[in-house]
Amino acid sequence: MNQLKYSKKLMKYFKNPKFIKNIKNPDGVGEAGNIRCGDIMKMKIKVKNNEIKDISFQTFGCPAAMASSDVVCELAKGKTLKAAKKLKKEDIIKKLGGMPPIKIHCSVLGIQALKKAIKNYEKKSKK
Amino acid sequence: MKQIYFDNAATTKVDERVLKAMLPYFSKKYGNASSLHLMGEEARRAIEESRVTIAKSIGAKYKEIIFTGSGTEANNFVMKGLFFKNYPTKNHIITTKIEHDCILNSCKWLETQGAKVTYLDVDEKGFIDLEQLRTSITDKTIVVSVIHGNNEIGTIQDLEAIGKICKEKGVLFHTDACQSFTKVPINVKKYNLDLVTLNAHKIHGPKGVGALYIQEGVKIVPLFHGGGHEFKLRSSTENVAGIVGFAKAVKIANNRDVKKMKKLRDKLIEGILEIPNTKLNGAEKDKRLCNNINICFNNIEGEAIGNFLNSKGIFGSTGSACSSKSLEPSHVLLALGMTPLQANSSIRLSISKYTTEQEIDYVLKELKKIVEKLRRISPIS
Repeated sequence: MNQLKYSKKLMKYFKNPKFIKNIKNPDGVGEAGNIRCGDIMKMKIKVKNNEIKDISFQTFGCPAAMASSDVVCELAKGKTLKAAKKLKKEDIIKKLGGMPPIKIHCSVLGIQALKKAIKNYEKKSKK
Repeated sequence: MKQIYFDNAATTKVDERVLKAMLPYFSKKYGNASSLHLMGEEARRAIEESRVTIAKSIGAKYKEIIFTGSGTEANNFVMKGLFFKNYPTKNHIITTKIEHDCILNSCKWLETQGAKVTYLDVDEKGFIDLEQLRTSITDKTIVVSVIHGNNEIGTIQDLEAIGKICKEKGVLFHTDACQSFTKVPINVKKYNLDLVTLNAHKIHGPKGVGALYIQEGVKIVPLFHGGGHEFKLRSSTENVAGIVGFAKAVKIANNRDVKKMKKLRDKLIEGILEIPNTKLNGAEKDKRLCNNINICFNNIEGEAIGNFLNSKGIFGSTGSACSSKSLEPSHVLLALGMTPLQANSSIRLSISKYTTEQEIDYVLKELKKIVEKLRRISPIS
């Protein structure tokens, strides 16, 4: 079975992810993924003044999924919730220096998990 | 960086002695074996001597062996050649859910041509159910094709028991022995085999050469039409160097190497199973290929493990097809009853006669670190 060719940038994120510290008492949690193709992502956020103060991920997945998770965290941290919701898969792919076409869904998953975490926070804060 | 090749089920290093045996046939003894002059005769002799070597190794007659371009070609030839010889009088093929893609995809294609195919289930270790086989055979059945040693999980089927049933029922019996050849003894008479697929590059021979045993009297339609090479069954100018290399590889293979691999395999398996929450996929001990290790590391993904191993110079392969073109989990692992999650959490390591104990120790050390790291990041526990 052949190994997919990943960009150097992607492999760097995969090997040394920065956002894996697993936040305690998160304000919002979101999970996305489909186990059939082998990726599950969980994102946790801390929110203050409508801004993502801290973020962490846990991912079961291939290198593309891991790297996507880390990049989503990197891009979301410090952004307002409104700005974070606008993140697109293209932003992730660009930051990763490109992705094999069959792995594009990994970047989508990262964004989905983030958006679900924000939704989860918004739901909780309304109560 | 160190390079540790643990992907010998994919292909193997050509043995130096094989290479040496092959070399003269490229630029010195380069004759076409069909030519009637001296150089042609020289090539013909080399091929026929190789044919005898390979025939002897499985208890066959020399004229029952034809050379092909690969194991895949031989398997395609068996399925399609037997189907078109027998169709429409007979149209039924029996195989298993854990065959190599070349058998499965040949069968799927034959289904579009009028074939009915039964895909036998396997148990959690990968063995077929002999009773299911027996009851699946009908008066329309042409052939039963069962892989000998599985390429992913190493499970070795009981060919003798399967052969008995096929003989009783009067159907042809084929096995794909690409992975097991020279590692597990095969005797075509003892096992009642009618057709056997073999190849060279899994046994330290060259790529691009396979062989097919066809028992005398078995009727089959050729895939390639042309000059009538290989007893009119496989036209193509023979790959003389490849065939010579194949035979040399068979001659070199020995039981001492098999024993050595078994010992190292078990050391690796035992070492990995010391890591919590891991499981061996496939059969154990003597029912398992001597060079195959396939492990499920629950809750972490196979391709991620594979990539970290890769960065440490350790070359294995994922048990799932998620890293290749398809995103589907391995059909073999799913057939064992594993969940897609478990299938995607598996990797295959396959050793060879060149594997050393030091390499096993290094792999175990690195693997433990990688699993620990990935488990920390995993959302599943």
